[in-house]
Amino acid sequence: MAAVIPQAAATKPSSVAARKSRTGYLLLFPGIAWLGVFFAIPLVTLFATSLQTPIEGKTGKYQPGFAVGNYADAIAQYWPQFLRSFLYAGTATLLALAIAYPLAYFIAFRAGKWRSLMLVLVVAPSFASFLLRTYAWKTILADDGVITSTLNNLHLLPDGRILNTWIAVVAGLTYNFLPFMILPLYAALEKIDPRFIEAASDLYASPVTAFRKITWPLSLPGVVAGTLLTFIPAAGDYINASLLGSPKNRMIGNAIQNNFIEFRDYPMASALSFILMAIILVLVFTYIRRAGTEDLV
Amino acid sequence: MRWLRKNFIGIFAILVLIYLFIPIAVIMVLSFNNPVGKFNLSWNEFSTDAWTGLCDVPGVCSSFVKSVEIGLMSTLFATILGTMISFALVRYRFRGRSTTNLLIFLPMATPEVVMGASLLALFLNMKFPLGILTITVAHIMFIISFVVVTVKARLQGMDPRLEEAARDLYAGPRAVFRYVTFPLVLPGILGAALLGFSLSFDDFIISYFNAGTMVTFPIFIWGAAQRGIPVQVNALATLVFLIALAIVLGGQFVNYRRRKKLEAPLAVPSAPPMVADAMSRS
Repeated sequence: MAAVIPQAAATKPSSVAARKSRTGYLLLFPGIAWLGVFFAIPLVTLFATSLQTPIEGKTGKYQPGFAVGNYADAIAQYWPQFLRSFLYAGTATLLALAIAYPLAYFIAFRAGKWRSLMLVLVVAPSFASFLLRTYAWKTILADDGVITSTLNNLHLLPDGRILNTWIAVVAGLTYNFLPFMILPLYAALEKIDPRFIEAASDLYASPVTAFRKITWPLSLPGVVAGTLLTFIPAAGDYINASLLGSPKNRMIGNAIQNNFIEFRDYPMASALSFILMAIILVLVFTYIRRAGTEDLV
Repeated sequence: MRWLRKNFIGIFAILVLIYLFIPIAVIMVLSFNNPVGKFNLSWNEFSTDAWTGLCDVPGVCSSFVKSVEIGLMSTLFATILGTMISFALVRYRFRGRSTTNLLIFLPMATPEVVMGASLLALFLNMKFPLGILTITVAHIMFIISFVVVTVKARLQGMDPRLEEAARDLYAGPRAVFRYVTFPLVLPGILGAALLGFSLSFDDFIISYFNAGTMVTFPIFIWGAAQRGIPVQVNALATLVFLIALAIVLGGQFVNYRRRKKLEAPLAVPSAPPMVADAMSRS
């Protein structure tokens, strides 16, 4: 991950050559200290909490301990939620990629003077409340709504409805995190020199071949960034599952929230959070590494 | 048929943009609804009651004001801290650069539930009372990274010749910063602040974990979702959406005019590439 940095420093023109002085540390300190105290230390606290044991006779009170069994309990009790989270988030990420790629491609190569306006339009929906936008899908996907009745007339819905099924949850996740897919894709596509594609077609590559050999490989950094930026928040989300799904569609976020805030089972909630974090980090690093070594460079 | 094939991507792109705005349209339309019963989910009849009495339902406006306060406070602090970090990262050499980069990248790669839960674990263990302070502290924490990414990209995209020119004309370091560097970075800082405010204002998950009994606007909506969201909420959300859109379009317009006037290829990176840039760099 850090491999890029010395290179970036080396390419800097001499006039703004990086200075080495105390000012750098002074500029860095307050913000980094904030992140240390309120991001890094809490993760340590979370880990410690996940190993706590209940105090006999007092419900909701816990003492420091080394209860590794909390993790086994957490997985035994909540593996369906974990599985569902990654399945839903994975499906939503693939759907988002399929929807976002053509739009990002159009903005990068064909939009001309409309480019910045279209980018604003991609970001704009985020200015309306996330919760309300998700809630609005209740209206759009309602049982007597246009979409549900059309699909029902075509006999395409196994349950005869969309709302309160996994389809609604995945639809909500796809919609909500779509901008996180579009923007990195656009950023990667925009950097591609169109002359590469012209050169390919000059050398008798069909549009499909040119896309497969030039555009797609060069856009891979954007694909990696976009899928991560979509998958991570989607896997941890519980708003879509709560508002659009049924109790059968609850995700791991629901379990963490319930255990922390309703049941006050802090060790369980902490263990669940830690497992989620660990799985996501492993996925992220293997994904970056794989994509990085094979295709990124 | 040939036309359709040639413009397929364009048509698809426009359809995706329309798709992005369907829920916004629903929110707006339902803000003029007079719903049957408590749930404002389907159209009944036209009414402007929500717009004329924005604060008629208890809790709506007070939670809205709380969210604005928290948003302004956390944006102010996070923008200052984040901008300082960006200057250090781009302009200074220091030890522990990779750890610093990791610490900035990780909050963006951590699910909100985990951040919310871990902060709550910290506050509970310290027996720190939950409320507006804990929410603001949490918001500053998760906004800093986004500010760093945005301002850093702006700093890196700056033409170094502009500062060189100022130095050639005998401007001291202070004058260079004040009259050249800062004005050039300012749009990036303002963009970061706008992004930060919208992230804070709209945050639900982290806030909910660390709120205690405090009710922000998203927390109010969450609570109301079970028993019916008041129409006023739709009106307020519409209002926020329109104001934010106006600010962004206004900024774009100023940018466009300025660029036309200068007719110079000053690199003006827009917000999107920065996020990706940070992701690919880290």
